[in-house]
Amino acid sequence: MNELIYTAAFYIFAAITVAAAFGVVTKTNLVHSALLLALCFIGVSGLYVLLQADFLAAVQILIYNGAIAIVFVLGTMLTRRSSWHGTNDTEVNIPSRVVIFVSGLFVVVTLGVIATTPWHYSSGVIVEDTPSLLAQLILTDYMVVMEAAAVLLLAAMIGAIVLAKGVEE
Amino acid sequence: MQEITGLFKIAEILRAILGRFLSDPQLVDICMSLINIGSIFTIISLTAVVLVYAERKVSAFMQRRSGPNRVGPGGTLQTVADMVKLMAKEDIMPAGADKWMWMLAPILLFIPAAAVFVVFPFDNKAIFADLNIGVFYFIAMSSQSVLPFLMAGWASNNKYSLVGGMRTVAQMLSYEVPMVLSILGIVMLAGSMRMSTIVAAQQHTWFILLQPIAFVVYVITATAEINRAPFDLVEGESEIVAGPFTEYTGMRWALFFLAEYANLLAVSVIATTLFLGGWNGPWLPGWVWFFLKVGGMVFLFMWFRWTFPRLRIDQLMSFGWKVLLPLALLNIIVTGIGMYIYEFFS
Repeated sequence: MNELIYTAAFYIFAAITVAAAFGVVTKTNLVHSALLLALCFIGVSGLYVLLQADFLAAVQILIYNGAIAIVFVLGTMLTRRSSWHGTNDTEVNIPSRVVIFVSGLFVVVTLGVIATTPWHYSSGVIVEDTPSLLAQLILTDYMVVMEAAAVLLLAAMIGAIVLAKGVEE
Repeated sequence: MQEITGLFKIAEILRAILGRFLSDPQLVDICMSLINIGSIFTIISLTAVVLVYAERKVSAFMQRRSGPNRVGPGGTLQTVADMVKLMAKEDIMPAGADKWMWMLAPILLFIPAAAVFVVFPFDNKAIFADLNIGVFYFIAMSSQSVLPFLMAGWASNNKYSLVGGMRTVAQMLSYEVPMVLSILGIVMLAGSMRMSTIVAAQQHTWFILLQPIAFVVYVITATAEINRAPFDLVEGESEIVAGPFTEYTGMRWALFFLAEYANLLAVSVIATTLFLGGWNGPWLPGWVWFFLKVGGMVFLFMWFRWTFPRLRIDQLMSFGWKVLLPLALLNIIVTGIGMYIYEFFS
């Protein structure tokens, strides 16, 4: 019974994610694409929940879906025009042969790697209290990476402030 | 073994009754889950009815009027009459609206408002899902109400709605940061994000006594998060008609109000749980204490609304980033140092 619900939930979330991602690239309206991207992220966070990574799922919803609102606003402000049809130029966006070749190669290689990798089940126990374990790892083993990310974000913030302030004349 | 009391006892009695009719314990579990979900939705919809009446009475009290007093005894049925009226109203859709987005927005707004109720401890053990990331789940879910507001504002294809939607993003995203940081102090003290652990940690001392600055920051940011005066720039009647709700009529408009009052209840519940000791209290049963404290918080938010004038958008932003954010950060530093000093001496 539980196994059945789990499997059904997995396929529902996977279908939502893939369908939404497909909609993002095919929709001709930029705002619709942004909203479908939000739906896609929600599907991914559902998959995280099924993988027992509840903290990661909440982070996914908070950070990524929060950012969607910004994408939405930027999209609205930068492309404001009388008709919204064709703001996300899918019809005129005919990919060149090089692009088709490279992306096709990427798909083939990825599928090949997935098919040939000897997947095995992890023997580690399921961690119940993920937040404290994550905190432990971030502040010990991955300290340098976290600090680097913090410095990067600070640089981006300073850059944004400088740009917003404008040039003094 | 602790004595089983209050709401959890009612659940146990229901479970025993169901157990007589259903042979499979899994079916009993499913039925109990459905009953729990049903009661949460009942609370949300009843709250909207009660709080609208309460708000009108409180505002009348603040302004020395008598408020609604014609329908039913003391005007108590006024909201019911209003609901019936709203249901009977014509559903008008603006011609230039983005049809699907316009229809979906009020429904999507209600989902996060209802979803946060899952982690609220109404009484001892009376919690639908005691997640180990309870507080964080609340923050993540409540942040989702930005997007439906923006959808409603944009899809209405109306300049006032769009301005309201843009203001939502500016306001809610900037006030979310100090709100999260103010809650972090509580998480540090309790050592957990699980709601039941946080309530249990306040058995002797309420966290409002240990974290007064965090409480003040939380109450201010929560008022901004639920778009209530003095932070109601999103709807600001005197400036932009009604912001994102401008083009909505009848039940769709009522859904916005349902979500607004569900959010008001939600932030009051969080204030009660994190700062006022949850269902802890002497003599009275836990759920009575819980609802008394929540009622007190709701009254405080209503008091704000009818006392303070509306802020300007630039004042709002500078207050959020230049006052509340440094204050919340300072509070975290002081809490950390204080915890070390406390451990050192004990």
